[in-house]
Amino acid sequence: MFTRSFLATLLVLGHVPMVHAEEDIFAEYRAMFGDDSPAILVEMDGEALWSTPAGTKGVTLESCDLGLGPGVVDGAYAQLPRYFSDADKVMDLETRLLWCMETIQGLDTIDLRDKPFSEQGTQQTALEQLSAFIAARSKGVAINVPQSHPKEIESFESGKRLFNFRAGPHDFSCATCHSQEGKRIRLQSLLQLNAPAGARESFSTWPAYRISQGAVRTIEWRMADCARQQRLPGLIFGSDFAVDLITYLGVQANGEPMNAPGLKR
Amino acid sequence: MNAQRTILFILPALSLLLVSCSFTNTGKSTDAIATDRDPVATSFRPLGQASLERLSQDEVQRICSKYEGLEVPAELVAKITASSAQAVVFPMDGNYFGDWKAGKVIAETGTGLQSNDDPSVANGGNCYACHQLAPDEIAFGTLGLPLVNYGKLRGTSEPILKYTWTRLWDSHSYNACSHMPRFGAKGILSEQQLKDVMAFLFDPQSPVNKEVAAP
Repeated sequence: MFTRSFLATLLVLGHVPMVHAEEDIFAEYRAMFGDDSPAILVEMDGEALWSTPAGTKGVTLESCDLGLGPGVVDGAYAQLPRYFSDADKVMDLETRLLWCMETIQGLDTIDLRDKPFSEQGTQQTALEQLSAFIAARSKGVAINVPQSHPKEIESFESGKRLFNFRAGPHDFSCATCHSQEGKRIRLQSLLQLNAPAGARESFSTWPAYRISQGAVRTIEWRMADCARQQRLPGLIFGSDFAVDLITYLGVQANGEPMNAPGLKR
Repeated sequence: MNAQRTILFILPALSLLLVSCSFTNTGKSTDAIATDRDPVATSFRPLGQASLERLSQDEVQRICSKYEGLEVPAELVAKITASSAQAVVFPMDGNYFGDWKAGKVIAETGTGLQSNDDPSVANGGNCYACHQLAPDEIAFGTLGLPLVNYGKLRGTSEPILKYTWTRLWDSHSYNACSHMPRFGAKGILSEQQLKDVMAFLFDPQSPVNKEVAAP
């Protein structure tokens, strides 16, 4: 509770009349936490969930292959999305987790697919908890999103095209806001995401604890919420559109050490 | 603006896009992979007021997606600017100005037409997302040009009023593949709302045209 009210105060202070006040105050907040993050509680929930039996098969997720072999969590986030031959698909972490829940645990994931992200002020979803836990276990690991399988290349090339896809009543594409360096929307800085510097900064820090929402948000959430702001219909969780954009971002970010869950506005 | 079209209408446009894009790929092209993968058609569901029809690109969207970050060929620039300018609808009564106070609210309001927005509430113009306007408003974006003292600097001659109205209605009339939404052409703002925004830009009493306050 202390954290919540403290954050609310910070948010109010964020509106003092200085152009960069908002950026500064969140930077200060991040510095205050140092290596700690409120996301740690969500990470712990995720860690517990990873080794809790569930589903019709009553087994844990510990035999789930995230790309580095069954059960290997360390460094796994840094090499996703990637192609999985068992699913014959390029999958990001969140899509892969659902696949493991369904195939390994026999878990009914209909509700989770429908509501993959928690409502503000409610408990974090299993996907958010697991994402926080697994991403944290890649801290310091250089991003290495593969481009060897043809479907991985296809996903990247598709993401690159979709980045420029203008549609909807406002003609917005990702490029509308994220194709120039050093710009901002109102007071919020925008990263250039079709160039390595911005892609590195972005990809390495998702999932993130969103201070303004008091919750861990995943990169799939980021994509879906951008689609909402683009005035597009609902972006389907784990869809090709979402995964391709994440692949596009990840490949551009290759070489950058992971530093997630990050701490964001 | 939400004319009901069938999703089938999307498919020809999409296949055109995909075909045209395949020519712009270089090096490790995906052309070798036989695939009927279609991320745009398979990745969305209708949500709130945002129907799947929104994924159907018009010609401007299709061309501008293809040439994002690149130089748009001169013949396409000519085509877009001409067709956009030709379709501009000027105020019926010849009066360009509404209420600057209402225009200020429109400039400050970022909601409207999102899947979670209430369709019964008037859309915002969100001018401040990209433009600096009133000098005393510090929460302005930088994607668009600063418009401080817009009317004061330009006056209110007929050509400048027509130019500004056209910019708001469909910016592609002057700047093919502009990133600015087509507020009139796409029905984001009503004629009255556009007049209110015009007043916000030009009225001598509007904060847009006040002096920059001393720091």
